[in-house]
Amino acid sequence: MADATAASVDLSKFRERMKNYPPEPSQVIPLLQLSMELYGYVPQEVMYEISEYTGSPVSQIYGVATFYAQFRFTPVGKYIIRVCHGTACHVAGARSISEAIEEELGIRNGETTPDGKFTLELVSCLGCCSLAPVMMVNEHTHGRLTPDKVSRILKQYK
Amino acid sequence: MREILVGMASCGVAAGADKVYEKLKEEIQARGAEDKVKLKITGCIGMCYREPLVEVREEDGRGLIYADVTPKRAVEILEKHALGGEPIPEWVLLSRGFEGISGEGNELLKKQVRIVLRNCGIIDPENIDDYLARDGYKALEKVLKTMTPEEVIDEIYKSGLRGRGGAGFPTGLKWKFTRASKGDKKYVVCNADEGDPGAFMDRSTLEGDPHSVLEGMLIAAYAIGADEGYIYVRAEYPRAIHRLKIAIAQAEERGFIGDNIFGTDFSFHIHIKEGAGAFVCGEETALLQSIEGKRGMPRVRPPYPAQKGLFGKPTNINNVETYANVPWIILNGAEKFAAMGTEKSKGTKVFALAGKIARGGLVEIPMGMTIRELIFDVAGGIPGGKKPKAVQMGGPSGGCIPVELWDTPIDYESITATGAIMGSGGLVVMDEDTCMVDVAKFFLEFTQRESCGKCTFCRIGTKRMLEILQKITNGEGEPEDIDKLEELAYKVKTTSLCGLGQTAPNPVLTTLKYFRDEYEAHIYDKKCPAKVCRPLLTYTIIEDKCTGCTLCALKCPAGAISGERGKPHTIDQEKCIKCGMCYQVCNFDAIKVE
Repeated sequence: MADATAASVDLSKFRERMKNYPPEPSQVIPLLQLSMELYGYVPQEVMYEISEYTGSPVSQIYGVATFYAQFRFTPVGKYIIRVCHGTACHVAGARSISEAIEEELGIRNGETTPDGKFTLELVSCLGCCSLAPVMMVNEHTHGRLTPDKVSRILKQYK
Repeated sequence: MREILVGMASCGVAAGADKVYEKLKEEIQARGAEDKVKLKITGCIGMCYREPLVEVREEDGRGLIYADVTPKRAVEILEKHALGGEPIPEWVLLSRGFEGISGEGNELLKKQVRIVLRNCGIIDPENIDDYLARDGYKALEKVLKTMTPEEVIDEIYKSGLRGRGGAGFPTGLKWKFTRASKGDKKYVVCNADEGDPGAFMDRSTLEGDPHSVLEGMLIAAYAIGADEGYIYVRAEYPRAIHRLKIAIAQAEERGFIGDNIFGTDFSFHIHIKEGAGAFVCGEETALLQSIEGKRGMPRVRPPYPAQKGLFGKPTNINNVETYANVPWIILNGAEKFAAMGTEKSKGTKVFALAGKIARGGLVEIPMGMTIRELIFDVAGGIPGGKKPKAVQMGGPSGGCIPVELWDTPIDYESITATGAIMGSGGLVVMDEDTCMVDVAKFFLEFTQRESCGKCTFCRIGTKRMLEILQKITNGEGEPEDIDKLEELAYKVKTTSLCGLGQTAPNPVLTTLKYFRDEYEAHIYDKKCPAKVCRPLLTYTIIEDKCTGCTLCALKCPAGAISGERGKPHTIDQEKCIKCGMCYQVCNFDAIKVE
């Protein structure tokens, strides 16, 4: 859980926003989500903050944070690429799409490029099955992909 | 004034609807035409395969939906039709009441019956007045002013509505149990954690008509005696969450949600809880744990949520589609609903069609229609002249139904008899290019990853099953592997606590039942008949067709291809890593795959 960047986390904005949530154990997941929104990951100190605020032991908060796929413990890149590997995308060749990205960026599932620009994630279904294969770059969805189209799209973000 | 509506569900936006919308906004402003045409957004009409879609609607309600709209086309539609009054028939996908004009969309809708999707693609989901204009919240008013909770439950029971999340439990009965449970505090929960890969029915409903779901929840709350509700939506659906928030705020402002609704002593408040990316949270007891802020681990039932649910209180959980049916039933009567469908499965079902299908998208059909009718008459069959092989129903919990059984009627019991399940409505079509062993492996990878780890066989059994499937698709399968798979499948099914484990082996069992020959081809002949499993393929160059252009040799990442320019090349099988690059790049069809 230790990470080098942890010391530089500014907790004031988190504390400010946390006040709007009722101080109850049921708020653990929404607060972890707030941390994702503000920092892009869950720094260790944030877990202590949530523990103190909600009264849930920090061990339980860590248990919750590791259970759900949404939470990460290291900072993510500026652009998160989510490649859909749902059924429709799988049948339509999602594997060749993620391979093309892996080759283009030199990172694998869950990794971030050294320049901190891209993080690659393979996800289960984005619900845009009729446009398969599909990927999302941050909030933007790109459909009907081919390996060639992928490298053209990535160039826009480079 | 004419209206111009852009289909802005997630799939529409992914296809470029946002650019079309911005362009139209710009052009209307540039022309100072704000008083001549009104630009609006709408949800998903279901014809995703031709997105982006733009509708021009006349004052009298007639409309034309144009397909494959680019920003350039949008300007032409604006000028000619919306401002000029001249329709462009050749771009029309769907005509609503325009005489003499029709498109293939009209064909698509012929066999559909729209109850859940009654407003999707018609109203602006971000404007409550659009919903009110189509009898919105009238069912709630009727219930609060003229019916007792028991009468409501009785009406829903008589309609024959069954849970649309997949299990098919009678909704009226569930409500009755929750009402009968003793407790000062009760909850209503909406399960919108649509996790099955290949399913997007609930997303489209929430994005296209969020109020219908809220109204259904309000009616349920009145019937069971609850004053608080939660909607659990997966975080992967940001647009659905955004529209739900708008809908709740607008309904609160108008007094449909809050204290003393319609001047009665019924009060109800709704919260949204975002999921955090765990498939198992679609299971009701896991979902409740997650709302409480815990790890989403299922627990033993009984006690059922109807007795002891959220925060230990009696709780009614239904899924999005179930709730969306409720206002329609109240307004149109149980008999009318029960008149549709089969003896035990009433009403309609929404399906998300994807995979190897000509007209992928969202459809709503009466129960009892056969799979064949759905795929060929409603969705246009299989594209590219390919041979259909199977349809996968029910996602990772479901199974593959082979083409020989496509005359099976779509109802809970008949689908279960094939070994698949009705499920929540994801339906993926597979053709001759799909390897069924690979499909089974795909689903098992999913359930294995998503298993919460509580039950031993679900945690380790699925892992072992996956390893066997990996072995088979790598060309290392042994004859006894099939027996081992069957034995493990049986054990995982019978020793798991929740639906995830109990159904995880279904994709393997149904493919073993109907496509055993494909498993055997992988194991005995070391061949993949659909040419999907790469380790089992051999790439060779057809001498007569190869022009010696050197493209494949240049692209081959393993340096396995050699030859002189202008002369046929050869592939060194020792070096070949079977990546398929040569096959992809060859312009002369000179690569043979076996």
